[in-house]
Amino acid sequence: MAARFLWASRVASHLRISGAQRGFSSVVLKDLKYAESHEWVKINGNKATFGITDHAQDHLGDVVYVELPDLGRSVSQGESFGAVESVKATSDINSPISGTVVEVNEVLTESPGLVNTSPYEEGWIIKVELSDACEAQKLMDSDKYSKFCQEDYAKH
Amino acid sequence: MSISRAPLMNLVRLKGTPILEQLHLEERLLRASTDNWCIVNDGTNVPTIVMGMSGKPSQLLEVGPVIKDRIPVIKRFTGGGTVIVDKSTLFVSLICNKDDVPSVQPYPRSVMAWSGSLYGEVFEGVDGFQLRENDYVFGDRKFGGNAQSIIRNRWIHHTSFLWDYNVRNMAYLKLPSKVPQYRLERDHTEFVCRMKDYIERSDFVEKTVKAVGNQFAMKEVNLEDIDSYAKGEHVKSTRLLTMEELQEAMASTAQSA
Repeated sequence: MAARFLWASRVASHLRISGAQRGFSSVVLKDLKYAESHEWVKINGNKATFGITDHAQDHLGDVVYVELPDLGRSVSQGESFGAVESVKATSDINSPISGTVVEVNEVLTESPGLVNTSPYEEGWIIKVELSDACEAQKLMDSDKYSKFCQEDYAKH
Repeated sequence: MSISRAPLMNLVRLKGTPILEQLHLEERLLRASTDNWCIVNDGTNVPTIVMGMSGKPSQLLEVGPVIKDRIPVIKRFTGGGTVIVDKSTLFVSLICNKDDVPSVQPYPRSVMAWSGSLYGEVFEGVDGFQLRENDYVFGDRKFGGNAQSIIRNRWIHHTSFLWDYNVRNMAYLKLPSKVPQYRLERDHTEFVCRMKDYIERSDFVEKTVKAVGNQFAMKEVNLEDIDSYAKGEHVKSTRLLTMEELQEAMASTAQSA
């Protein structure tokens, strides 16, 4: 938990985001796109990297297992491609964008907790070759996602 | 003026249904139905070991005796730990659309808190009931193992209640590496208790249905009619482990010994 706070403070400081100004304290990175199901995607040409957001990992609790898809598998926007286990629950991970799996983060097999301590960096989950880059237009940018999380926070 | 109506909950009552069949049904209803479901199974047919999604037999089971005594081992689609269930076990499963339970966020701790409150109604007046570190306990003894699966807009919370149990069956399970703090190094027989010592079986079932009915409009559905509620293909991850897998687990246990 201490490592996570240190990481979050460093990132927030780098991006000039103050958790104290918000009703919630999740970290949201500016150069990513976000799905309503709380996955992030970083697009680089025709490839993309996915993971789950700081908001998601905080609500899930300590992740003890990550179920990764097979290489070569197709993933579709909004559909489940894997799962994380935490607090006796499996939670689907949904694909923010469609493509073909070209790499999985095998480190998560031995160190699933990276999803909690480093959700945007070492805790990345899969990389895909995109099938339709236009799908990114359906995703939220960091400002919209922050607002989405705040509204979700306020409801509960 | 609008009158809000309680959301509908379909109630399926089973008796002695094999646990593998029950879990297949639950996974199907979670993923291929849009209704809310309460499934009550009064016992399963044969003693069966059920592990969570990430369970490894070599770490959780005394694999030699499991193979020798031909105990079926299932890996289920939800998280959580390992149980051995039989005809004495009572199963209650709740599948909900997140929008029909708006006070509950689709995250494990929120769903667990809601279920703890629901069973608090069921066990009102029964001394010592609480949700303790995600277990249902009377005092410091666990009597129910629960687990969950959360998909995009729905979740399931299901429980196996230890109405009674055979002490010999507990010997198939190893002490898990991760245990709740309140367990305090107790073995299975010191850690669990029998629900029959606290409440009548029929009383428990009817109070559970009543507690669910306080939040939902209940409608009984027969198993034979399920097809009309759950159509299309869905991910199927619950499965029976093969003899080959169990033998590999035994071999890896021997290697690391």
